[in-house]
Formats: sequence, structure tokens, C-alpha cells
Amino acid sequence: MAYPTGCWQNTTVITMLEALQYDFMRYAVIAAVLASVICGITGTIVVSKRLVSMAGGVAHSAYGGIGMALFFGFSPQLGALGFALVSSCFMAWITLRAKSRADTIISIIWAVGMAIGVIFSDLTPGYGADLMSYLFGSILMVTKGDIISMGLLCLILSAFVPTFYGQLLAYSYDEEYARTRGIPVTFLHFAVIVLISFSVVLIIRIVGLILVIALLSIPPYIAERFCRSLAGMMITSTLLSLIFSVSGLMVAYKFNLTSGAAIIVIAAICYFATEVASRRRRGQQ
Amino acid sequence: MDLQVASPYDILFDDVWFSYNNSPVLRSVSFSVPQREFLVIIGPNGGGKTTLLKLILGLYVPQRGSVRLLGGLEPTQCSYLLGYIPQNANINLDFPVRVSDVVLMGRLRGLKCFYTKEDRRMAQEALEMMGMNEYAHARMSELSQGQRQRVLIARALVSKPKILLLDEPTASVDVEAQRILYDKLEELNKGITIVLVSHDMTVITSYATAVACVNGTVYYHDSNEITAEMLQMAYGSCPVELVAHGIPHRVLAKHDGDHDA
Repeated sequence: MAYPTGCWQNTTVITMLEALQYDFMRYAVIAAVLASVICGITGTIVVSKRLVSMAGGVAHSAYGGIGMALFFGFSPQLGALGFALVSSCFMAWITLRAKSRADTIISIIWAVGMAIGVIFSDLTPGYGADLMSYLFGSILMVTKGDIISMGLLCLILSAFVPTFYGQLLAYSYDEEYARTRGIPVTFLHFAVIVLISFSVVLIIRIVGLILVIALLSIPPYIAERFCRSLAGMMITSTLLSLIFSVSGLMVAYKFNLTSGAAIIVIAAICYFATEVASRRRRGQQ
Repeated sequence: MDLQVASPYDILFDDVWFSYNNSPVLRSVSFSVPQREFLVIIGPNGGGKTTLLKLILGLYVPQRGSVRLLGGLEPTQCSYLLGYIPQNANINLDFPVRVSDVVLMGRLRGLKCFYTKEDRRMAQEALEMMGMNEYAHARMSELSQGQRQRVLIARALVSKPKILLLDEPTASVDVEAQRILYDKLEELNKGITIVLVSHDMTVITSYATAVACVNGTVYYHDSNEITAEMLQMAYGSCPVELVAHGIPHRVLAKHDGDHDA
């Protein structure tokens, strides 16, 4: 299902600007902007610290929280955040203490979390969890509450990252050396992973579980190639995410496609284009 | 074991036992390093040389015994006063980081929030000292291995360390760069203690003031004379013939029945 049916499928004359008079469209654009900032900052840390599979683990296991939330009757978003918090703390601990086991544990948490969510959803009387919108995103159903949560996370990230930039850089680049400088690496590790897990859960709203890792990792992968600093990578990733999100929304609107998928396809095309361009350049040298 | 310690000492190991993942690495290690020593640590791979460095840095904590630095401090309290150059200069090669950023890391301490002008000036100085200031804005991945090594040394120096710890710094560096490095270390040694892990015999004969052989335990020798039994203790029961670069110097353990060489 690409759009809520009935709306404007019969009126293709409406332009993008006119589309913005709709509340949900405005919210969608604001959500895209906030999500880009979150993805830019968090995605950079995820990619440079090689935490991509852990982010995937958090995303999938968070569905357990949604299932439980529906069964016990509280907000699914809160359930997802709570479950993500618990599973990410556990994974932070594992990646610190037993690095070689990390991969296996992450895969287990990945699957078990998802399974728990499905079972609780089965047990819930009535319609149950909207699995489809969790899997594929529902940017057009973004609520004011979602905007506020994302805004809050953006504020926290914008305060935390520049303040402790030196420590973050040292921790990401050379963890052992960071310890010798008296940097509280363990605390930083947990803080970073908790922030990543919250970011992942909030971004799932935009592009869905299936594609959240792509949105988190494609812009930084592109940026890493030609940025000289972590800060530069964060800013570039944010701008790239913004371009992908907004153009993805426009393309989806024009051709009546799922917005999340459109965003990721545009991102992927850009990624392959830069890959080809840099290989060409390397070949010429 | 009661240690007669020449005070003031810079490093003190008192009956230290250390195991990693339940397998013992170091047993009953006791020695003291006086100020401004140029200590070279030799020994077979896996014998505990890097572990020894990490115990000094406070990255590992001994299960038994104690490590004290700079006249009585615990390593975790004063690790920022140590300069550390790790063995592998090639970690995280793809990471987007400039040479100047890496050197500035040496000015970090705890949760200090920003770099001062003084910090940046000292970073500049350290880079100049290692001859890398023209690469200040280059990415680490653009440098050669030897250049990266020099940046890591600058990073260790910028924190004005009281003790400098180097883990096999010349493992993959050419002879000329080695000599430059050792000369620089000798110069620094006038003011600070140097601890160097190396397989390179030249550095022992030409620069060291003490040698520690590490192989499960530590044999500390107060001079830079390498004896055959020292090598036997350090490298095992097979006699070893070593050839040093630069200065023609052969250390040969004699077999029974060998002619004089």
C-alpha cells in the first residue's frame, strides 16, 4: 500500500506546493528534515565505528517492544524505545566484553526480538500491530508526537556530539588510546549505543524496518569517501540524507510509490554513481 | 618479595601476576625502573612484552601484586602522563581523520571539552619535531606506514609525557628512519624515561641503559650488555644468532665443539 486510498488518486493535477497545504505532507517534510539530521550524525558514528549489524539488531528486536506494547495496552512507540534500550544496552555490553561473540549474539537478539513481537501481536485480540507500516515506514502518517520526539533527539545529539567531539573522535578512531587519555570509554560506548538505538527506532517511522539500515548507512558511506574529518562526514551525511529524503518524497508523490522505498532507491543510485565515478578516477590515475 | 628500590623510580612492578582469559601470561614479575632509564624489552612473541606495556598503561590490571608509576601512583590515575605508541600503526585506515586531529588527541584528558590555542600550538610543535608538519591536513590513509608511525609518535609526545612507551616502533620502517627515530629517542631520554619493545639488537647495544627479557617472567638487567644466557633465557633453549643492522655486531651462542668465530 503506497498511500492512504481515496485521497488524490483521482486528482493528479495537484502540484507539490499545493500538496504542502496538507497537514500530513508538511509533517512528512519536517519529519524528513529531522530524520536527516539524526541519520547524518548517528549514521556517521554507526558506519565509522562499524556498528551497522548492531544497529540492524536493535531495529529488528524493537518490534518485540511494539508487540508487547499492543498486548499490554500502551504506546507502541514507547514499547519500541523501551525494548530497543534494553537490547542495545545488552549489545553494548557484549561488544565491549566479548567482541568475538558479538556477531552471534546480535543475530540472536535480532531474531528473538522480532519473534517476541509477532507472538505478542498474535496474542492481542483485535486488529493487532500494523506490521506493514513498521516494515515499510509510514512517513505520511507521522504524528505531532513523532515530530516532537525526533526534535528532542536532534537537540540532544546537537548538544552531545559537538561538546564531546574530541572524546567521540578518539573513541571511534582508537579506543585503546582513548582509555590511556582517561576518557571514560565504557560510559561513552553505552551512551553512543543508546543514542543509536533511539535514532534507529525513530527513523523506522520514515522508511520502515526493512530500509532503516540503508538510510543510516548509505549517506555516510558516500561521505566517508571524500571527507577529511568526522564532523565533515556528519554534515555531508545530513545534507545527503536531506536530498534523498525530500526527492524521494517528491518522486513517491508523483508516481504514487511507497515513499520509504523511493528514498532508498535514490540513495542507492547515488551510491553506485559515486562508486563508479571513483573507480573511473582511480583507473585513470 | 621485598624490593630494594632505588628512589625515585618511574616504574615499579611488585610481584605481579597476570592472566588473560584464564591463561597465565606473566608470573611473579618484580623490577623497578629508575628515572631517565632507556629500557629495552626483548623476548619471544607471546611471551608477554605487550602485556607488560599494557599493565604499565593501566589497560590491564594485575590479578596479584601491584604496578606503581612515578613514585607511587596507580597507572589509571596517571596514564595521561605516559606517551604510548602502539605496535600497529594501521588500525582504522579508512577512518576520516586528519594528521592534525590525531596529534591533538594527545591533548585530550578525561572529559575536557575543547582544545585551546596552546593545545594547537603544541600539536604543531610535535609535528615539526617529527618532521610531519607539512602533512598536517592530510588524511591518515594517504600516508606511508613510516609516516603514520611518526604521526603516532608526535601524538605521544604532544602530551609532554614523563615516560614514553613504544611497542616495536621499527618493525616495518627502513634503516634510515630507524636511525632517526633512535637518535630522537636518545635526545628525549635526557629528560624522560624511555621503554621500548624491540627485536632489534642495535638499539640495545647503542642506546639502551637497561634490558628486560620477558618470557612468562621478567629478567631485568641494569646494563646494556647482552649475554648469551640472557638470550637463552629470553628466547628459549635454542642458541640464537642475531645480526644487527647498521653496526656489524654478531651475538653468537657457542655450541660445544664450535671453533672460535
